[in-house]
Amino acid sequence: MKIIQVNHLKKYYGKSKGIEDVSFEVEKGDFFGFIGPNGAGKSTTIRTLLGLIYPTSGSASINGMDIVKEKEQIKKQIGYLPSEVMLYPSMKVKEALKLSMDLYKVDCSKQASLLCQRLNLDPNKKIEDLSFGNRKKVGIVCALQHNPELLILDEPTSGLDPLMQKEFFEILKEKNEKGTTILLSSHILSEIQRNCNKAAIIRDGKIIACDTVENLSNSNAKYIQIHGNASFDTLNGIKNMVKDKEGCSFLYNGDISLLLNCLSKGNIKDITISEPDLEEVFMHYYKEN
Amino acid sequence: MALIKHEVKQGMISFWIWTISILSLMMICIFLFPQMKEQMQDVTKVFADMGSFTAAFGMDTLNFGTLIGFYGVECGNILGLGAALYASFCAVSILSKEEKDHTAEFLLSHPISRKQVLIQKLIAVWIQIVLLNVIVYLGSILSISLIGEEIPFKEINLMHLSFFIMQIELSCICFGISSFLSKGSIGIGLGLSILMYFLNLIANISESVEFLKYITPFGYCEVSDIVETLQLNGTYIGIGIVLSIIGIGIGFIHYCRKDIK
Repeated sequence: MKIIQVNHLKKYYGKSKGIEDVSFEVEKGDFFGFIGPNGAGKSTTIRTLLGLIYPTSGSASINGMDIVKEKEQIKKQIGYLPSEVMLYPSMKVKEALKLSMDLYKVDCSKQASLLCQRLNLDPNKKIEDLSFGNRKKVGIVCALQHNPELLILDEPTSGLDPLMQKEFFEILKEKNEKGTTILLSSHILSEIQRNCNKAAIIRDGKIIACDTVENLSNSNAKYIQIHGNASFDTLNGIKNMVKDKEGCSFLYNGDISLLLNCLSKGNIKDITISEPDLEEVFMHYYKEN
Repeated sequence: MALIKHEVKQGMISFWIWTISILSLMMICIFLFPQMKEQMQDVTKVFADMGSFTAAFGMDTLNFGTLIGFYGVECGNILGLGAALYASFCAVSILSKEEKDHTAEFLLSHPISRKQVLIQKLIAVWIQIVLLNVIVYLGSILSISLIGEEIPFKEINLMHLSFFIMQIELSCICFGISSFLSKGSIGIGLGLSILMYFLNLIANISESVEFLKYITPFGYCEVSDIVETLQLNGTYIGIGIVLSIIGIGIGFIHYCRKDIK
């Protein structure tokens, strides 16, 4: 069953473009990665889904409910972590968590204190005294404490130290195993590759690929490393060519027999053909055009 | 309810600073009255001869030698301007501060509708205005009884009521303005109150611009008129109510449609 459906979503801020054409679907139980560099439209898409901004055209639904007409109902089922967590500075951490609970109209103080413990967050500290990373932790607890059906996390790991990142992803995996759907936006590809089962790549306000992480990484393209000389001038489908004294490396997306034909005419000492990792696929998509 | 509680709590420090400042200034004036009462007989004459300056503050018709005359001019100005500034300050920042401090994203990603946010925030502003007025009113009454003067309840009640209505009107207009702002807003709120205050002073000086009283809520807070007629000007207040409804209406329509920064 689909939990998020986005159809040709478009958002313009006056004349400046936010997103142009975003369509993707997230199934219930998915750990879905949303990849793109800064300014590609990740946050705009997420903020539109949450009803913070209104779409210029197109539509989207969460659990079958329209994001514009039924946004209050939708938000009951969501936990959201913004990329920059901004809270009321004069409050204590526990007061901010209580306010969040009150707005959800639930009492989940047990879950909150458990999360604070795991994330090493002192609930008695004032928000204004917290570092960027610790503020992020407050945001994480606010997003998770009420056990939402869907978690929307916008660049969640920025500001967290590696140990905390590990703990955070462990918590997310536990939640995911219990059935929580997670939409994780990030520009850190290893994060997506390690944790997500599906991903969408956004570039310049448009979704340019959406598939399982496995398929995206395997997308026909092969990563070729060569020691020696060969001419590839007649070959189509070569991307990201890097040449050095010893040889060259590139991404190849085309007929393998044509590649072998070229190689056989050259002087090859060694060759490695491997699956590209997500990072290379990402670069491949971004260097197009 | 959660948001009302949150807003009142957030505004607590500034609430007490404004309330204590206004009340203590008024109490100082009231405690000075017995000493000044005797000297006032001569001063009243001097004031009466000062022309438009005294007219601006309604001192041409109010007798400074009586408690209500003195209270109307001195305390009227302190409460009138002070509480108007507070009401505007509170209301103009109530929506805009969330965007200025980027907390709107936190608040509105929770399951609370924008209408509910607006209703609860407006109620929170009004609770603070009501509390300020009740505390200042009780403090003033207590101070007057402490100096042994008889309390002219009717005049004082009407006077305080008119100031309260004026603050509510200003808060409604500033609330509407607040929905449009996402940066520094306090200056606009305070500026608006001061502008309204001076419009009333100008309207008092010259009859040719008396129409300004229809615009400024200070028009129906004129203590000299209240003491003289023992009633509030219904037309001015009616216009005030219409302006208040327009202010709130614009705030609701715009805030429910806008993109949150």
